[in-house]
Amino acid sequence: MGSLLEVRDLRVAYRTRGGNISEALEGVSFYLEAGQVLGVLGESGSGKSTLATSVLGLFPANAIVRTGAVLFEGRDLLQAKADELQKIRGKRISLIFQEPSVALHPAMRVGRQVRHVLAAHGTNGREVVKQRVREILQTMFAEEAERIGRSFPHQLSGGQRQRVLIAQAIACGPSLVIADEPTASLDPTTQMEILGVFRGLQKNLGLATIFITHNPALLAGFADCVLVLYAGKVVELGPAEAVLASPKHPYTQALFQSIPPLVSEPGDARKKKLPAIPGDSRPSSLPKAGCRFEPRCPERMQVCKSREPGLVSLNDRHIVSCFKYDANENR
Amino acid sequence: MKSYTRRKLAGHPEEVRALDGVSFSIFRGTTLAIVGESGSGKSTLAFCLACLETPTTGNIWFEEKDIVKLAEKEKRAIRCQIQLIFQDPANSLNPRWKVLKILNEPLAVQGNLSHAEMTSRAHALLNQVGLPIEIEEKMPAELSGGQRQRVAIARALMLEPKLLILDEALSALDCSVQAQIANLLVELQESLGMTYLFISHDLAMAAHLADEIAVMSHGRIVEQGSPEEILKEPQSTVTLELLAAVPRMSFSHLQAPES
Repeated sequence: MGSLLEVRDLRVAYRTRGGNISEALEGVSFYLEAGQVLGVLGESGSGKSTLATSVLGLFPANAIVRTGAVLFEGRDLLQAKADELQKIRGKRISLIFQEPSVALHPAMRVGRQVRHVLAAHGTNGREVVKQRVREILQTMFAEEAERIGRSFPHQLSGGQRQRVLIAQAIACGPSLVIADEPTASLDPTTQMEILGVFRGLQKNLGLATIFITHNPALLAGFADCVLVLYAGKVVELGPAEAVLASPKHPYTQALFQSIPPLVSEPGDARKKKLPAIPGDSRPSSLPKAGCRFEPRCPERMQVCKSREPGLVSLNDRHIVSCFKYDANENR
Repeated sequence: MKSYTRRKLAGHPEEVRALDGVSFSIFRGTTLAIVGESGSGKSTLAFCLACLETPTTGNIWFEEKDIVKLAEKEKRAIRCQIQLIFQDPANSLNPRWKVLKILNEPLAVQGNLSHAEMTSRAHALLNQVGLPIEIEEKMPAELSGGQRQRVAIARALMLEPKLLILDEALSALDCSVQAQIANLLVELQESLGMTYLFISHDLAMAAHLADEIAVMSHGRIVEQGSPEEILKEPQSTVTLELLAAVPRMSFSHLQAPES
């Protein structure tokens, strides 16, 4: 398998201040081929941000990596030394954060901030760096590049700031970009624009992308594969068309139904109840045994209370973690 | 019938026209959604209605009273009847207070009720917004995003307001939680006859909740109509842009999930 990134059975937990341990990721596995887009769907607390930082080995002090491997171009990043990792972060794999206004230095012109990324990763020569910065800003902003480069972050709009972050991320020509809710704080029109930027990057640079979001609609027509996380576990993983058009896991189905449809027949859907998923997925409300989603699941069975479902392959690419599809349970 | 009308607001000192000739009315027990991009003046409008900002010119009638011209003391009384709910419940609840204290605070400021009376009202409201009573002992950080927004709604309802202004109240929540809170808002409207001003950039959710939608751009209302009209026959380019920006996936097949 010529995969660019392969994550195997990743388990990460956090030590809380009270001395307890909360599991963030429990056995996540997937792989990503060069140039592909993987959409990661999950609500807050599902472990999607932990997944993003784990790939880069960016663990806070209270994190415990229990098991797992993150193989990037054949090397296990979880075993890599700090200085080796430093050469990969930002250069081969870069991360784009959610809040562009926080991720940029407020008192430094953005051109210089892009320059710093290049300098940190060993691009030498003042003119070479300058030229490269100009090129990158040009691809992101076209004729406005000059003016934007001289601006401070507060002089830019949210969408422009997000483009600056993307410029930083692609400056060193990485082969993988991880974007953690890159459009969450943006307007719908700006959100579409930024999504277009990501589409362009993938098409023109052949950049592999892990696109993390809680909004499934953003992934339609963009992601190649979709991974659905629930409470630290993969509940569904498969080709985007399959997962988005006919989701199999009850959670994915319920999640998609809870989004109001845009086109309503006169007076029909409006003011009616949305089919919301009852309850929440906070650690305290998760069951101690059995399937994580069981208390909220509309299709729960007896077996779900006592045992955890394994991953069931529906076909060679689409897997789902639910007893509903387990032939051994459904006789 | 009319709750209030607003006419011609213009100009801030620096001549940034955050609101430029905005007029509309909301009827009792209905929902008006204000949709627009950031910077279109949605939040300024919310602040003006909540008596937190005084419009440069124009009038706002709330139950036959022009609240722009009221004295500060009278405004205070009006503010009880118009409550705001903000986008991020994590930032709008005091992180060091227990839920009960957060809920009691608006009444404590008014100072008309005993602690026991306030607490019993708080319990009633927790029940109404679908939270267990035990939650009164928790800190906001111990709650999920959806629970926090429910607490924020309960707090807003403590003073028995007539109008609730929801300023992007769903945008910071997960999709599944958005649906829960949207359902709660519909329930409360049915049981209490609440009036909502729902400010959002999510056209789909606005169409779901509102009786009428007003589309704002650069401080003006560029289009106004029922959700059907706005969705089916959008007239202005701003509306078209917003419609085009709603991420789409076909959900029709989901009506009857195959088993």
